Amino acid sequence: MQFSESLKSKSAMNSNHKIYFYPVWLRIWHGINALGIILLIITGISMQSGVEATIVPFNSLVKMHNIAGVVVTLNYFLFFIGNLVTNNGKFYIVKPKGFLKRPMKQATYYVWGMFHGMKAPYPLSEKRKFNPLQKYFYIIVMYLAVPFVILSGFALLFPEIIIERVYNLSGVFLTAVVHSAFGFFISIFLLIHLYVASIGKNPLENFKSIVSGWHHV
Amino acid sequence: MLILMVVGSVSALKVSAQSYENPKNHQCLKCHAFQSYTFHNDLMDREETRLMNPYFIMDTIAMRNGVHHGFDCTDCHSYEYSTYPHKSTLKLEPKATCLDCHGGDESFASYHFEEIDQEFKKSVHYKAYGDIFTCSKCHDQHTYKPIARNSSNVLDIVQYSNKMCLSCHNDMKRYEMVAGHANPKLVQVHSWLPNQELHFSHVRCIECHTQVSDSLNVSHDILPKSQAVRNCVECHSSNSRLKATLYKYENIRKRASGKILGTIISNESYVIGTNQVPLLKVLSIIIFLLALAGIVTHAIFRILKK
Repeated sequence: MQFSESLKSKSAMNSNHKIYFYPVWLRIWHGINALGIILLIITGISMQSGVEATIVPFNSLVKMHNIAGVVVTLNYFLFFIGNLVTNNGKFYIVKPKGFLKRPMKQATYYVWGMFHGMKAPYPLSEKRKFNPLQKYFYIIVMYLAVPFVILSGFALLFPEIIIERVYNLSGVFLTAVVHSAFGFFISIFLLIHLYVASIGKNPLENFKSIVSGWHHV
Repeated sequence: MLILMVVGSVSALKVSAQSYENPKNHQCLKCHAFQSYTFHNDLMDREETRLMNPYFIMDTIAMRNGVHHGFDCTDCHSYEYSTYPHKSTLKLEPKATCLDCHGGDESFASYHFEEIDQEFKKSVHYKAYGDIFTCSKCHDQHTYKPIARNSSNVLDIVQYSNKMCLSCHNDMKRYEMVAGHANPKLVQVHSWLPNQELHFSHVRCIECHTQVSDSLNVSHDILPKSQAVRNCVECHSSNSRLKATLYKYENIRKRASGKILGTIISNESYVIGTNQVPLLKVLSIIIFLLALAGIVTHAIFRILKK
């Protein structure tokens, strides 16, 4: 998925320049991940909310959450290994130069620049798939939040492996809090991710790209 | 008269009960606390050592810690047991029941013994086996501890309580003695329960297998299998059944009723859907609304500036 730039795309309206951003394996990973995570969020909130009358019975929610969790975990390995063995991994490398300045510039563009006729500071190309801000968020989500949720989720699936007590707190309780906190963070990411994806030539452009693999520049 | 006897024996027995600590010097425990016992066979005129029936070996440490530790054996058992070999007709005499001492006594009013008796009479145990099913089938009066009232550790309460049920329901011999047939397979019967082992160690059997009673700490109306709780949300919801059963004890509730941090401060167990942290819940709603407001504002500007 890609956070494009509206002005850039306006000027490129007529160009037919396309980049093959999303290879098949990546699109498969992204599709499974998207459906899996949406299911995990819905079932997770339903279980945790404490509401008695849910449409799906509690034990089915648990089962669906467990299965979706395992599928998303296995799928994560596809993403992880895919990024190790293909060129796609290099898009996630952060250079120390302008470590904070670059994402700040992109953020400024989103909240102010794009409404004042500024050009996108980091136009996408074969060498740059993500703008700096986007890259940071993807790294935090995919290399921090998702692994944490996977590990804590695995622990909750086999609660007997969790440390029984941390001081006078239940280890399972702490793990559950970590699991839902990171899960919540991912939900908020998803919300913003979906919205920012609508910033393109037209609101649907980026959604089409992640299905077809081709990104119009 | 009975009360007088009890009160009298409590004060007198403070002395004799001390001998639990050294069972070798106790008239009964010098045999009944050991694997084997030695006696003088008058007929053959020789000392003989025999194995003790394992069901008649008393755990003196548990007795010392039990509620009845102030009593001596012959306060409840016939005094004639003091001689050996024990007279065979002693076996036929009725044993003292809990209500013989605890029934109709103001000083035990807070334990609601009569109400417990009424509840028990409705239970599947009484209906199937009648008066033969005495309190002691579950509550061993030798070692009984009111742990649910005193302990603040949920796991200890659960373990102690479940041991009572499992002493028969997970013991072929004891189950068969009462029921007359082999016991049902506990693990298989509960195989529908996810994380069965965790459920068994964190909730009491009676949480699902009794009719909840407001006036009693523990309902003794054990329900037939068909009426046991099988609906997950009865416990896994903010209006959890556990709050009316396991977590209704003062000693546990005090700890669980944290304010804004809820159960996060001190909680030894976790129930999905029940244990919530109000602070985190509010925080997550605020963050969600802020994110949503940001998106809507941005979208409005995008539409206006088009």
